[in-house]
Amino acid sequence: MRFVPVTCEQRERMLAVIGVRSVDELFAPIPAQARLDRPIALPDGLSEVELAAELEALSNENASGLVSFAGAGCYDHYVPAIVDAVLSKPAFFTAYTPYQPEVSQGTLQAIYEYQSMVCALTGMDVANASVYDGATALTEAALMAARVTKRHRVVVSETVHPEWREVLRTYARGGTIEVVEAPARDGVTDPDALRELAEGAAAVLVASPNFFGCVEDVRLACTRAHEAGALAVVAANPIMLGVMEAPGALGADIVVGEGQPLGNPMSFGGPGLGLFAARSEFLRQMPGRIVGRTVDVEGRPGFVLTMQTREQHIRREKATSNICSNHSLNALAAAVYLSAVGARGLAGIARACIAKAHYLHDALVATGRFERFSDAPFAHEFALRYDGDVQAMREALLDRGYVAGVDAGGFDDRLAGVVIFAVTEKRTKAQIDAFVKEVASL
Amino acid sequence: MSVRSDRDLGRLIFETGAPESACVLPPQPDVPETDLASVFGDAVRADAPHLPHVTEVEIARHYERLAGLNFGVDSGFYPLGSCTMKYNPRIGERACRLDGFAGIHPYQPARSVQGALRLMHDLQEALAEISGLPAVTLQPAAGAHGELTGLMVIRAYHESRGDARRRVLVPDSAHGTNPATVAMCGYEVTQVPSDERGGVDVDALKSALGPDVAAIMLTNPNTLGLFDENILEITRLVHEAGALAYYDGANLNAIMGKVRPGDMGFDAVHINLHKTFGTPHGGGGPGAGPVCVSAALAEFLPTPVVVADGSGYALARPARSIGRMRSFAGNFGVLVRAYAYIRAVGGDGLVEVSEQAVVSANYLMARLKDVFDVPYERSCMHEFVASGARFRKSYGVRTLDIAKRLLDFGVHPPTVYFPLIVDEAIMIEPTETESLETLDAFVEAMLAIATEAEQDPERLHGAPYTTPVRRLDEARAVKEPDVAWRPASEARADA
Repeated sequence: MRFVPVTCEQRERMLAVIGVRSVDELFAPIPAQARLDRPIALPDGLSEVELAAELEALSNENASGLVSFAGAGCYDHYVPAIVDAVLSKPAFFTAYTPYQPEVSQGTLQAIYEYQSMVCALTGMDVANASVYDGATALTEAALMAARVTKRHRVVVSETVHPEWREVLRTYARGGTIEVVEAPARDGVTDPDALRELAEGAAAVLVASPNFFGCVEDVRLACTRAHEAGALAVVAANPIMLGVMEAPGALGADIVVGEGQPLGNPMSFGGPGLGLFAARSEFLRQMPGRIVGRTVDVEGRPGFVLTMQTREQHIRREKATSNICSNHSLNALAAAVYLSAVGARGLAGIARACIAKAHYLHDALVATGRFERFSDAPFAHEFALRYDGDVQAMREALLDRGYVAGVDAGGFDDRLAGVVIFAVTEKRTKAQIDAFVKEVASL
Repeated sequence: MSVRSDRDLGRLIFETGAPESACVLPPQPDVPETDLASVFGDAVRADAPHLPHVTEVEIARHYERLAGLNFGVDSGFYPLGSCTMKYNPRIGERACRLDGFAGIHPYQPARSVQGALRLMHDLQEALAEISGLPAVTLQPAAGAHGELTGLMVIRAYHESRGDARRRVLVPDSAHGTNPATVAMCGYEVTQVPSDERGGVDVDALKSALGPDVAAIMLTNPNTLGLFDENILEITRLVHEAGALAYYDGANLNAIMGKVRPGDMGFDAVHINLHKTFGTPHGGGGPGAGPVCVSAALAEFLPTPVVVADGSGYALARPARSIGRMRSFAGNFGVLVRAYAYIRAVGGDGLVEVSEQAVVSANYLMARLKDVFDVPYERSCMHEFVASGARFRKSYGVRTLDIAKRLLDFGVHPPTVYFPLIVDEAIMIEPTETESLETLDAFVEAMLAIATEAEQDPERLHGAPYTTPVRRLDEARAVKEPDVAWRPASEARADA
């Protein structure tokens, strides 16, 4: 396929206007010793019909449409048809970052509305236009807390997703923050350890529901943070915020999360959507883009990117972060999703997920092959200990059309034998019953 | 773009519809309900979140209206320097939505996602060939994220040798993300000036180098659109000082198949898939910023990378990995689009892309240089920087005014006031996907605006006139921040 509209004859005319005889003359500044002296070793281009067939074939090498009980940061929720209809509009997906507000009101207003919805869900005053994913949102929150408190050490609960904690530690290698982990007790953060570790910290970072699906005492964690002069950072699952009290009402200073469940496909884990919201006093300390409402010279309402004095193209090395993009299309998907389901729909979806998860949980325990990992209450995800080989179990069930949870032992040897199951509103009682039967037959 | 009725301007989705409306109802429960108090204790949500109350038709119309207020590549010419706003082939859009790509979970057993892993592996190989650097991570979610990844890998490399270094050199023409990335990585920035030809000042570079320098970050062609002729000497000097060379791949579209960052002596490079390989910018994202590194740096790459073991593909952790830059393996949906693009145009096609991008940029420069000063008048690569300084001096017309007036001609303005080293900078990048007719229409518009600047500067100060809204009060947006809607009962309670 070719996407170059200029013809050979036109190109010759252009070269004449430039005043060169050949294209090569234009590449003359490249030193001969540095040039690639052979054709680039990539296959020839394909026609669209050939390419479409190749892509179909590649996608068919993946098992999709499985009955999935896997979550752990990426969830198989239903995506309403209207979401992709909106996302497919070229005026949204072929646009650039809205630096020219006069011709970007569509993107800007959509982000403003998205920010408003994130604030509504989290109970926060201000939200940014999103960051890359939940893990980078958590990390940016830690860096922001260090800036705000002028402290260095952040405390993250061991019950936060292991990959999120790893991202936090990776960013910390630059030396801008130090990360310590608060131990878990029975699947939730140990409140006594938290009290000790929070002393002198910039932030306390917890997730609820956490990696094991367990519901944390968010109010207590926020109190522990505040007693120590630290900021309370809470990672929340946005679907669960349909029924769970907003972290802002429980004391959080910054709320982060993975927004993929809101109208975004799993897509092998990316792109995600980093939710990031905070109390209004921290507006100027937030990373990433922020859209504000204002008026134009004729007094008409309009939207602009605002607070840009925090950003890399003005502050350069003093910028609050190096982020210069957001996951705008994913944020748009989330906004359309939340508009489509509304508050009642979101609560209903959350309740359905929770009910089905509890139904599966009890049925799995009843097979006698599983033991509870924790006595803490859980929402739509839970961890169980399996009495056999987890890998073998997952492989066997894959052959029967299931993704049988996530192997927690793959993240941490101490969790060998632990499987994490997630259930969304897409799973039916019949699917769950059939799955349990298969598990029991292994 | 047409002017619409002002009536609906700024009307929020929260102000549409009626209470009780919602279009996607949750499924009927088919298992017993769970008591929410048993799950959340006293942290059950007391008040419903303020989300819109709308039906599907209202959503469809709301976003159709917003789409009408937006400019995208499909709306018209988008000559944004350093951003490479080329056409986004639709085959990539369709591909990433295939069930076998969109419907897979990142923790499915590896044997059930061999197609996805093969695609990623082959994309890694293609990027390695294009960059001239053998090891690749697809994990970074954006160009700036790739920069951070690359610099962390460089830091890990030095540390592994017990070599503590604390400074990173950045040319004064660099992207703003470069110094911000350096700071995030805990390094200090030392700025290196440009010489009179627009390249790195080699003498200044020599005096800036020292045993405490970890790396230099630069792009070549640089943000002036110029290829640094001294590049081999620059990377040699950097390496002699024990430092590494990081290549900001923002401008890769100019050189594919002609010269490779690895062959210029660079040790690490990030590649903006959304710029070079035609994946959409999406109004700000998602993009993807894979990083390619030399063999010496390969073992420090973030986890996971995709490996082939003869029987299939798997995710693996490099031996001395820095860790992870985000969850899972990267912005897979974007990777699918970039893979589709590379397969569509092929090796020869990539060379043609670069050649035409360079021809188009030089053509525009040749046609505009007599009216808009070009401070470094050499053959440019895929973009060039002009200066509007003479219009400010003679008529009080600023580059911003010229940019805003272009909107009335149906053109998205070029990048302005960047790079910082050119007074009243206008940075123009046509890309290879624009027809000669479009390029000529742009030249006519620019020349018409130049005439207007002379004859009727006030006209330019007031531009634009035909856009859905006109110049917006950005100062007010900062002074009286309004960044989230609240229902009237709660509005501005915190202000």
